[in-house]
Amino acid sequence: MPTHVAIVGNGVAGITAARFLRKASSDVRLTVISAETEHFYSRTALMYIYMGHMTYEDTKPYEDWFWEKNRIALVYDYVETIDVEKKTLQLREGAPLAYDILILATGSKPRSIGMEGEDLEGVQGLYGIPDLEAMEDATDGIDRAVVAGGGLIGVELAEMLHTRHIPVTFLVRESNYYRNVLPPEEATIVTEAIRGHDIDLRLSTELDAIHGNGNGRVEGITTNNGERIDCQFLGITIGVTPNLAVTEGTPIKTNRGILVDERFRTNVPNVYAVGDCTEFVREGIGYRTIDQLWYTGRKEGQAVARIITGDTRGYAPGPFFNSAKFFNVEYQTYGTIAPDLPEDQETLCWQHPSKPKLIRINYERESERVVGFNLMGVRYRQDVCHRWLAEERTIREILPKLEEANFDREFDERYEAALRAQYRERFPDVVLQA
Amino acid sequence: MANADTSFQLTAPTSQFERQELFGLFLAGLATLALLVAWVGAGGLAPWALLLFSTAAYTVGGYLYFKRHLKRPAGIDNDGLMFSSSTMRGAFGWVLGVVFTGVYVLLYFFPSTLEGLIAMTDPLSEIMRGRGADEWFMYGFLYTLAVLVMGIRMLIKYRHSTYQIVRTISVMFFQLGFAFVIPALLQIFNQPEFYFHYFWPLEHNYLFPSTVDFFTDTTRLGVFMIVWGGLMTFVATPVLTYFYGKRWYCSWVCGCGGLAETAGDPFRHLSDKSLKAWQVERWMVHGVLVLVTIGTAILWINSAMEGGLLGGFSNAFASAYGFYVGAIFSGVIGIGFYPIMGNRVWCRFGCPMAAILGLLQKFYSRFRITTNNAQCISCGNCSTYCEMGIDVRWYAQRGQNIIRAACVGCGVCSEVCPRGVLKLENGPQEGRYNGPVLNDGEYAFVEPDESWKAGRSGDGAPSSDNGQQVFMGEDIPVLSDEEWR
Repeated sequence: MPTHVAIVGNGVAGITAARFLRKASSDVRLTVISAETEHFYSRTALMYIYMGHMTYEDTKPYEDWFWEKNRIALVYDYVETIDVEKKTLQLREGAPLAYDILILATGSKPRSIGMEGEDLEGVQGLYGIPDLEAMEDATDGIDRAVVAGGGLIGVELAEMLHTRHIPVTFLVRESNYYRNVLPPEEATIVTEAIRGHDIDLRLSTELDAIHGNGNGRVEGITTNNGERIDCQFLGITIGVTPNLAVTEGTPIKTNRGILVDERFRTNVPNVYAVGDCTEFVREGIGYRTIDQLWYTGRKEGQAVARIITGDTRGYAPGPFFNSAKFFNVEYQTYGTIAPDLPEDQETLCWQHPSKPKLIRINYERESERVVGFNLMGVRYRQDVCHRWLAEERTIREILPKLEEANFDREFDERYEAALRAQYRERFPDVVLQA
Repeated sequence: MANADTSFQLTAPTSQFERQELFGLFLAGLATLALLVAWVGAGGLAPWALLLFSTAAYTVGGYLYFKRHLKRPAGIDNDGLMFSSSTMRGAFGWVLGVVFTGVYVLLYFFPSTLEGLIAMTDPLSEIMRGRGADEWFMYGFLYTLAVLVMGIRMLIKYRHSTYQIVRTISVMFFQLGFAFVIPALLQIFNQPEFYFHYFWPLEHNYLFPSTVDFFTDTTRLGVFMIVWGGLMTFVATPVLTYFYGKRWYCSWVCGCGGLAETAGDPFRHLSDKSLKAWQVERWMVHGVLVLVTIGTAILWINSAMEGGLLGGFSNAFASAYGFYVGAIFSGVIGIGFYPIMGNRVWCRFGCPMAAILGLLQKFYSRFRITTNNAQCISCGNCSTYCEMGIDVRWYAQRGQNIIRAACVGCGVCSEVCPRGVLKLENGPQEGRYNGPVLNDGEYAFVEPDESWKAGRSGDGAPSSDNGQQVFMGEDIPVLSDEEWR
């Protein structure tokens, strides 16, 4: 009997695990169980469905025949619980499913704000297809929407609503959008992009109360400044939290997430967990205890497949990277750029005088070793940036050859020379090789 | 918003159509009406009035309608495209498809029914060509107008991208100059009508023995034209494609491409991205190339043998090709089906020139679309907006460069990618086909001890791995309670 690996969750972590298990082994029996959608779709594309840029079908990275061809059985059902002794999954609709190895990849769910009125119709987060469907219904023909919470999903929601010509009030706790992640210049660029799209952005403002209309629907909110804003939709985007429903009542240990070691093993034999739903018991090389990005989900799915098929080493994903798009402003980050410059670091930051474009390189003051890149409205090559980081290059070494990293379109203006000029002005005595 | 601080009352997002845009649509409607009036017979009565009015009304109306994109900061604006009846094969889309197809059927098979429209372009033809209009002059006029007006739309829509601006100006220039003005002026000077930007096998006639004889017999310029055409087919095409890929022609110069990239842009997402469609495409487009090559070859053999071998067969073969491929495929289906199958049906499934360029691009070119390593988020915008039906995401999400025979290098995948993952570029052929980065290059593993020690909160913690190798199906050692604290 071939080993049966069952995977709960068909997001990027679970599906990547399935695909790489199949690559590594033609014998293993693979089953992916999901209650959200029948097929894998790209969660990152949810916003584009609502905006009318793509249909749901367009968001599927693989055609429907792909799964059968690769002998990955898809089960569209909900896992009620896990019997870890009998190694069996109890499904809501179907018969119990026995496994040899279980991978939990249940993802996350919008974090609750813990406020009265959160259950009203028209109040929601945005994580999956059901949220999108609810939002479609709740925003039809409304006069105003409020989005509370200044993360990546918040700005996505604001952009989505904007494309439907719905006026949006956007409440952000920080003094500048995403200031807890972005340095001030970047945060200002995004703030301006948000305002430039006619979003009513309220900084240093939080949600204080949610008001219902008596019929179970939201009709307004009050901010912590005491202002009441009428709205028929309230998006709450204060982050996501690991989805632990499947582990309830099982001996699988959880804290904020399902606890795993650096090999994605839970405390229960033959049960692994990957992606958004996990919490590493300790931080490791290149990862935090909870990472909830598309990229980390994909890496972890790939890593767990290798570990299950015999790799004895631990997960070490390499230099950090992430990307986003805030309305029309692209953002890339490589390595580590702290929101506030650490004492022992220097920053070189060039900004376009009129366009939302920025290049930032941070480096250690003593060693001059480069620690990270932030790019806005400019594209850099990941492999080049990561190579420089891995080789511990100094700012003096990389500045003369910065063009190698540029990934902008042909004919686009290049700004590397301007960045170098800025460095020379600050350090006229330092000689940069030609 | 009774209590709201009014200083925060920014302008509400504008509703879909404002007065100016509605007026723009109204003008375009009037222009269409003017064409209808010309068609039913008034074309000969007031040719200049109708011609100038429809041209001006399309241009101004188009501009007023398209400039709604200017209301928001520059950037990708495909909002609502998937909800629109005209761009999502709704009722309006089907009407458009039927109308376009119908016009082509009339043009190719019943040109006499278009007499009113032809008469409308008569005076212009007299000025430009020194003789009256025929259906092809009228067609060329409307075709050029469509490229120019919809080119303005492209220039507005992609104003944030120099690549798109330069490319769009290029197709507008080649359509107006090389496809419309120069061929007309040639006739004033009693030269053969010739399109310097069309070559064999797209313009299959240009290497047929009858054309060669006719051109070389007429004037010295005719000889130059034949030499030019031959050089373009056999020298310029491989050389330029080696350096720049297929795009130097298909999305920068070609008239079919010019219409597809301007008037066809709103329909680009309708192309079929399935693997099945790709299989059909490869058989069809290379099949057409084989047909035109055989056709041309037997014409020459027959001509050399003075009709001794094949008699009338080669001519019949060539005219059948001209009818089924040149007229039905490239015109009626190629353009008529824009709103149904996307804007590159002909280029993808039928154009023999595209087939040659594609083979060169695949095997002997410096062009590729580079994927920025592991940055792809698999959203699917690239595949959705690929007019050639390439599943760009398939490659991008593996971190692999995209090198496909079909790619015309329009660059729209790179524009719509929300993470800036794709870059059209020319570079050394070596390493052009890279392996999927995401197979094993994306991250490294370390020995468990190392990863544990490096953990910022885990200094000195014992390794969780007791040295036992874990293979599929074997039980995994359970961590001690201490480790799960």
